[in-house]
Amino acid sequence: MNIIVCIKQVPGVSDVNINPETNTLIREGISSIINPFDMYAIEEGLRIKEKFGGKVIVISLGPPQSINALREAVGMGADEAIQLSDRAFAGSDSWATAYTLALAIKKMGDFDIILCGKQAIDGDTGQVGPGIASQLSITQLTYVFKIVKLESESGTITVERLLEEGREIVEAKLPVLLTVVKDINQPRAATLYHLRRAAKLRIPVWTAGDLPEADLSKLGLKGSPTQVIKISSPPKRKGALDLIKADSIEQSAAILADKIIAEKIL
Amino acid sequence: MPLLEVDKDKCIGCGGCVDACPLGALSLVDDLAVVNDKCTACGACLLACPVHALNLPDSRPRKSSEDLAAYKGVWIWMEQFHGRTGSISIEMLGQGRKLADTRKVALTACVLGHNVEHITKEAISFGADRVFWVDDPSLANYTTAPYASTLISLIREYKPEIFLLGASARGRDLAGSVASVLYTGLTADCTGLEIDPENGLLLQTRPAFGGNIMATIICPDHRPQMATVRYRVFEMPVADDKRQGQVISIKAAMRPEQITARVIDSILEKDEVNLAEARVIVAGGRGVGGPAGFETIRKLAEILGGAVGSSRGAVDAGWISYAHQVGQTGRTVRPDLYIACGISGQIQHLAGMKTSKVIVAINKNPDAPIFNIANYGIVGDLFQIIPALTEQFKKKLHH
Repeated sequence: MNIIVCIKQVPGVSDVNINPETNTLIREGISSIINPFDMYAIEEGLRIKEKFGGKVIVISLGPPQSINALREAVGMGADEAIQLSDRAFAGSDSWATAYTLALAIKKMGDFDIILCGKQAIDGDTGQVGPGIASQLSITQLTYVFKIVKLESESGTITVERLLEEGREIVEAKLPVLLTVVKDINQPRAATLYHLRRAAKLRIPVWTAGDLPEADLSKLGLKGSPTQVIKISSPPKRKGALDLIKADSIEQSAAILADKIIAEKIL
Repeated sequence: MPLLEVDKDKCIGCGGCVDACPLGALSLVDDLAVVNDKCTACGACLLACPVHALNLPDSRPRKSSEDLAAYKGVWIWMEQFHGRTGSISIEMLGQGRKLADTRKVALTACVLGHNVEHITKEAISFGADRVFWVDDPSLANYTTAPYASTLISLIREYKPEIFLLGASARGRDLAGSVASVLYTGLTADCTGLEIDPENGLLLQTRPAFGGNIMATIICPDHRPQMATVRYRVFEMPVADDKRQGQVISIKAAMRPEQITARVIDSILEKDEVNLAEARVIVAGGRGVGGPAGFETIRKLAEILGGAVGSSRGAVDAGWISYAHQVGQTGRTVRPDLYIACGISGQIQHLAGMKTSKVIVAINKNPDAPIFNIANYGIVGDLFQIIPALTEQFKKKLHH
């Protein structure tokens, strides 16, 4: 099985905190991490490879330092990595990102499964996975939290998807693109062996020039149909905390119940 | 080279942008803002600059206005599951009606499925002028390709200017596929949709960076302007059974043998309420102490007709399944009432629930951050307070 995992480098959320006095973000030096959902995608790719053979290639579109995310993925056990980085790609929205990644995947050759996280925690769109699948005209299975069955001979895959109402079991023919949710596995830590390999691995950096099929007018900011025109602060929550303190638990509970009922939301 | 431009003559070196940048792409060098390669042109810094010294150049080619003028009308995708219409679709009909009236155009509902004729009437009663009704056995269960191909061919033929879908698992799956094929803009998870009175464009507002900033997004040169809409943001319209509308029957675009994915089974957990649609959520965190503790939470949720939520801590500890997780790596919810029990309120959790209408916090620790955003709070042992509260609601709501 040839597996491609698309990953994104995002700001490390664990460093972000709100200063309660000024209500602004405070950070202890910015770190960058692999998008947490992509970690599950990498792990799932490695598990498939361990069972069926083949190789796992990670790919990322981003600024030059996103190569660190790729090295981290190789440190976990990915075989190869490709970085897409070019000023021509900068400012890509989800459409242009999917377009660019799909072109790169076409150039990479045969694959059986593409894995993505269900969304990135900075943009939160969840649109790039479906976008890539459409550009490649392959089946997409989103919000996957379990691969129930995978058969290389018949080329079929059966997965459980997580929906609002519950779970759904879907069967499809390979090749497919899967976007995965958190519960699918527990991502492994990097190993010394793979970290050494990652440090030495030559990771090709592809620019727009390396994608001969690319329509240059569809890349980056100028190729992006959407445009951010305003950034604003989210509306502040109204009212202060009403902390209920009564003589007994029962009394506190009664007061709270009355106040909730008075909100007329039940 | 980053895209962001800093006007050195205007910059006063206040550092506001440095604090605002979520990526650490800005720094002060010799009292001037300097941008590095980490910049992704997200625009978070633009608002922070008091002297408008920051600029993101717009070098897009413009499409002729005649091409765009051919696109008219507002469309809604009516999501249904086993013949039941999703609440998000009704909410969108309400907001879609307003947008259509502002634009002086028709509101169209797209009903795809099998044995779903009743939904065509429902859509009209909630505000649709016209319904495209695609009834086919191959559409009985949602899968991407048959749904997407049918909508794509409808859009190509009838050219709507706006197309809205719910930000549900299916809605996002479908929207991403349709927009990709049509080469048009798609804004995820909108919490605000308005028409710009000056140019008639759809102003799409959405939270970004875990809800720390709001971004307003337009799609100036591509059609339709597509957005997925967050649950419970727009008010439910009132049904008017006397409303008249046109129902047009359409054939599915794909033949059954072309379909490569099929739904084998659905596993619906009993007594589970859809978190996204829930009006009341009672959620437990680490303070709940174990799987048995969630029984206490469940009883209160049951009395209130609500759903059970959870923090990441409780899910990671294996006390409750991931489907219940609220927060950055779980679901984003917006109920009328959110009761957080034994949840400290880490920023990742708050990102998933802080827009709830009324937030109640019950926690042992008076300094827990959850109290900073709560409307009501009790400091104390949830195993005493929650059963007492459940008893009170039993008495007061179901005499």
